Amino acid sequence: MTGTVDFLLVSMILANLWVLGSSRLPSCIRALAFQGVALGLLPFALYPGHITWDLVMLALISITLKAVVFPHLLKRALLEARVDPQVEPFVGHGVSLVVGVASLALSVALFRRHPLPIVPPSDLLMPVAVSTLLVGLFVLIARRKALTQALGYLVFENGIQAFGLGVLKHAPLMVELGILLDIFFAVFVMGITIFHIRRAFATLDTLEMAELRG
Amino acid sequence: MLVSLLCLLPALAGLVAFWLPPGPRVRRLLPAVGAVHLLLSVLAWNDPPGGGWLGLDALGRVFLGITSLVFLAASVYAVSYLRDEPAGMQPDMGGEDPFSNAKESVFVGCLLLFLASMTLVCASRHLTLLWVAIEATTLASAPLIYFHRHRRSLEATWKYLLVCSVGIGLALLGNFLLVLAAARGASGGAEVLWLDGLAHGSELDPHWLRLAFILLVVGYGTKMGLVPLHTWLPDTHSEAPSVVSALLSGALLNCAFLGILRAVQICAGAGQATFAQHVLVGFGLLSMAVAALFLLNSRDTKRMLAYSSVEHMGILALGVGLGGGGVFFALFHALNHSLCKAAMFLVAGTFLSTFRTRLVARLGGAIHTLPIAGGVWVAGFVALSGTPPFGLFLSELGVLRAGLQVNPWIAAAFLASLATAFVGMARVVLTVALGPPVLVPPVRESWGKSLPPLALLALALMLGLSVPAWLAEGLRQAAALVGVS
Repeated sequence: MTGTVDFLLVSMILANLWVLGSSRLPSCIRALAFQGVALGLLPFALYPGHITWDLVMLALISITLKAVVFPHLLKRALLEARVDPQVEPFVGHGVSLVVGVASLALSVALFRRHPLPIVPPSDLLMPVAVSTLLVGLFVLIARRKALTQALGYLVFENGIQAFGLGVLKHAPLMVELGILLDIFFAVFVMGITIFHIRRAFATLDTLEMAELRG
Repeated sequence: MLVSLLCLLPALAGLVAFWLPPGPRVRRLLPAVGAVHLLLSVLAWNDPPGGGWLGLDALGRVFLGITSLVFLAASVYAVSYLRDEPAGMQPDMGGEDPFSNAKESVFVGCLLLFLASMTLVCASRHLTLLWVAIEATTLASAPLIYFHRHRRSLEATWKYLLVCSVGIGLALLGNFLLVLAAARGASGGAEVLWLDGLAHGSELDPHWLRLAFILLVVGYGTKMGLVPLHTWLPDTHSEAPSVVSALLSGALLNCAFLGILRAVQICAGAGQATFAQHVLVGFGLLSMAVAALFLLNSRDTKRMLAYSSVEHMGILALGVGLGGGGVFFALFHALNHSLCKAAMFLVAGTFLSTFRTRLVARLGGAIHTLPIAGGVWVAGFVALSGTPPFGLFLSELGVLRAGLQVNPWIAAAFLASLATAFVGMARVVLTVALGPPVLVPPVRESWGKSLPPLALLALALMLGLSVPAWLAEGLRQAAALVGVS
């Protein structure tokens, strides 16, 4: 199954670059949904012999929330608030893409220098996870709309979920519970808050939310 | 048994509150649950932890006691606070931009769920459960911060959610790394997450353990408000209703600190205590110094109190980092700080509802307008700045002594930050209390709002005069449990 694993991991990398390079929000949201599907399918490819009910449930919930519910919430917020669909980055798209590639190189180098104490199900898994996590944090900081910040957080969360899949066999409960709660939290709480921000500010630009200083 | 009851009682009461109609009945639920919770916490003081997921060890007991005490005071205050809040739209601080409040039943329900989640933090015997509980505190407190439905509090809530979610995500990653560090041991990894299994510590891979510890400190440190992860804290504390600010500063920050102490316990069990201590000393000194600088420049009463909390969280981290007697005094400091800071936030709330502003430039003469609240305000400042005869004097002296034993420069930096913070806070506090009086319609101070801060401060004073033997013993056991020398 290494072929499938590599295909899914490369899909995740592509989704990262897609989010970084895209100038329009609907496109970023599609990239997030795409990454959600790839990540949801990953456990089946990683552990083909050990498909349990927990794993199936995890994949189902993860795909439903990340590829259907959250993109839907974001899109509705986008439409109803009449947000300008431009991304409006603090850091340009070209530089962002370089950051994305650099994060991947850095993660690969990191795990080469500090080998893992376990044999991971795939050599590429942990570097891709860490790179995704870094890309998410970068999007969180380098984009100014509340919508893109939520999107960045979701990418960050995808990275953590991918990392968790690497240690899944060692602490199944911890990983599954952690992943599920994190997703629930992100989708519902951020979804609800974005709804309120939309009504209160009639915009989702965090630069306008700048009354609290000092 | 008792422990499960402690967690379940506020959780169930909170769920019930959601369905009750707004009014005096739902408000009175708060002090009722608070009082029973405190009673149960006292009864649980001598209840040793069993082998399960829930249990109170010496550390959990101390933090549960603090949480319960602060909650009871805040809940009594909340009854009067909710009674005085106008029902419809009300003008904003500046007079423009009117806003309304969220539903009272939701506020009460979330307060009780917040208490339940913090109880769970104190009672968790497994790091997964601890993580779940700390995530639950964020979930329960976000609607509390957005009680006043205006744009600033929404901005604060968004910041709180985003920053703390990233923090909690990093803490989850820290837990994953902990499993990685233990993966080569005989138990295969997951055992490391049980707090009872600390004896297995020597099997941990030191390299990955250190990385896990850093991520856990950064993750839970975000929630605790350690610099540079404190960015949400001043906004949230200033925009939330003062009852909530009192609970955030007096109870929630401590619970996050407990999360860090659990990580220290694991490091100490694996013989990596020195590394953990160095990290904590660094974060502690940085938090104190940065908060002190911000205090010099504060123009807003509640933001000042928030930065003061950052400073005191720095003292806690520093105390544990220094080891020796520092751990005991850090825990004693946590208790005293919670009492004083909760009292100060409650009084700041009374000021806000009387003067309709938090800006120091528009405040003055509070001690004439509101003699009790103004008196508590000044006395609370005296206590917070570590002046005898309050308990914070003893704890800060203890941390200072621990610092002198380790490195005089650390002690010097500690003193410099304390002095800077004192100067910054003194200006604000004295202007607000004694400055030229601001004319407001005469108000009568209600006991519901005066008694809780008075009681909290009286307790802090008593702790400064004499520490009861059972408390000293409890704190000593807790300090021993942390495991740093």
